[in-house]
Amino acid sequence: MKTLSELKYAASHEWLSPDGTVGISDFAQDQLGDVVYVELPEVGREVSAGDTVAVVESVKTASDIYAPASGTVTAVNDELNGSPEKVNESPYEGGWLFKMDVTEASADLMDAEKYAETAEG
Amino acid sequence: MVPFGGWDMPVQYAGLKTEHDAVRTSAGMFDVSHMGEFRVTGPDALAFLQGVTTNDVGKLRPGRAHYNWLPGESGGLIDDIYIYMVADGEYLMVVNASNIDKDWAHLQKHTAGHDVNLSNESDQWALLAVQGPKTAELLQPFSDTDLAAKKKNAYFSAKLFGFDVMLARTGYTGEDGFEVFVDASEAEALWDRLLAIGITPAGLGARDTLRLEAGFPLYGHEFSDTIHPLSSSYTWVVKDKEHLGRAHITAAPPQKLIGLKLERVPVREGYPVYADGVQVGPPIGYVTSGSSSPTLGHPIAMALVDAAHAEADRFEVEVRGKRHAAERIGLPFYRGA
Repeated sequence: MKTLSELKYAASHEWLSPDGTVGISDFAQDQLGDVVYVELPEVGREVSAGDTVAVVESVKTASDIYAPASGTVTAVNDELNGSPEKVNESPYEGGWLFKMDVTEASADLMDAEKYAETAEG
Repeated sequence: MVPFGGWDMPVQYAGLKTEHDAVRTSAGMFDVSHMGEFRVTGPDALAFLQGVTTNDVGKLRPGRAHYNWLPGESGGLIDDIYIYMVADGEYLMVVNASNIDKDWAHLQKHTAGHDVNLSNESDQWALLAVQGPKTAELLQPFSDTDLAAKKKNAYFSAKLFGFDVMLARTGYTGEDGFEVFVDASEAEALWDRLLAIGITPAGLGARDTLRLEAGFPLYGHEFSDTIHPLSSSYTWVVKDKEHLGRAHITAAPPQKLIGLKLERVPVREGYPVYADGVQVGPPIGYVTSGSSSPTLGHPIAMALVDAAHAEADRFEVEVRGKRHAAERIGLPFYRGA
C-alpha cells in the first residue's frame, strides 16, 4: 500500500494534509473496491473531530468518513459527483474529498509509518 | 472473509467488479458448498414432497430439476429450494445454508404417515457454481459428456477432470452455467483445475450483484417466514394442488416486490420507500436489496411496497435523512443472452 509521509492518518483510514485537505488512504480505497458514489459535506459546516462528515459508497457497501480534525469545511471536491472512481485512481490527489479550516486535529492521528503498520497489522 | 451461515466466506477475490464482469462475459466460479443437501427417498417420496412444496414435483422426470418453495403454516416461506429428481422415489433437495436446521426440523415434522426417508448430506457434498456464457465451452474438453446438449435444469452424472461429479445446468446469476456437486474431499482439487483453465473465482459480493441484476429473490431479503411469497412475480411456483399452507399462499399479498432504478445514490437494504411527492405519513415500503449495478452502471434495488402503490411509476427512497427520486422498472434489471 502507498502512503505519503507529509500526511497524517486516522485509524478509520482518512488522511489529513498540512493545508487541511481530507481524503481516504490507498489501503481504504483498495479495501472498498470500486467507488460508485461519494456524499460530501456542505461547505461552511462546522465539524468536530470524529463526526461523520461524508459517505463513500462502493458497489457492496456504504462507508462513513469521519472528520480527522475539528474545524470548518471550506471546499468540497465536486469532481467526485461525476467521477467517483477518482477515489480509487488517485486517493491522495484527484480523489481528495474536502478541505477544512482546521482548529484542532484529532490527537489520535498517526504518521505514515505507524498507519501502515496499523492498517496492515 | 466474512462469517455467513456458520461458514467463513470470501466476499471478493480479485475485486467485485472484475468477478461480476467475468460471469457476464466469460465464466466465473463460486464455492457455494455452504448450501444444504437433503436426500429424500422411499415409496412415498413424491407424495411427501408434493405436500410440503408449492410447485408440481410430479412433473419432474429423472435427470430434471426445478425451483420450488417450502411454504410455512402462517403465510411466509420456510425456504426457497431446488429439487433434483434422481430416480423414481429419490430426490435431492438443495436448501439455503442459513435455513438448513430449520428446514430439516420442518420436513421431519411432516414425514408422519409417509414411507419416506430423509438424509442430511450437507457435509458430504461440496457445490461449485460455474457461471457465465462460456462455461459449457470451457468445461467441454475436460468432460466425458456432451454439455451443450444438456438443457436448462438438466441434472446428470458426469466426469469432470476425471472426478465423478453430478452436474446441473442451473444457477443464480442470470447466465448460463453448471453447478457441480462433488465429494467434499475432492472439492479443492477440482477448484484448482477450474482455476487452471481460466475460470475466475468469484465471491459473495459478485454473487449478490449478479442475482440482483437478474431479479432473483434471496431468502432473508425478498423472502422470509413472514413475507408473502407472491409479493414477487413468481406466481408460476404455485401450482394447483393440495399442500401445506395453501390457504395463506392463495390469499392476496398485502405488498408487491418492485424494481427501482436511481440516478446516482445507491440505496441499501432497509431504506424506507415513499410515494412520490408525499411528504407526510409513514413510508409505504422498504428496500429489500440494493446496490450499484456493475453491468448497467447505475443503482438498482428491489423493494417491498404496499400493493395499493405498486403500480406507480415514481417513488422516493430515503437515504441518510434525504429523499431521492426512484423510477420503477420491470424485473429483471438484466437478462442474459
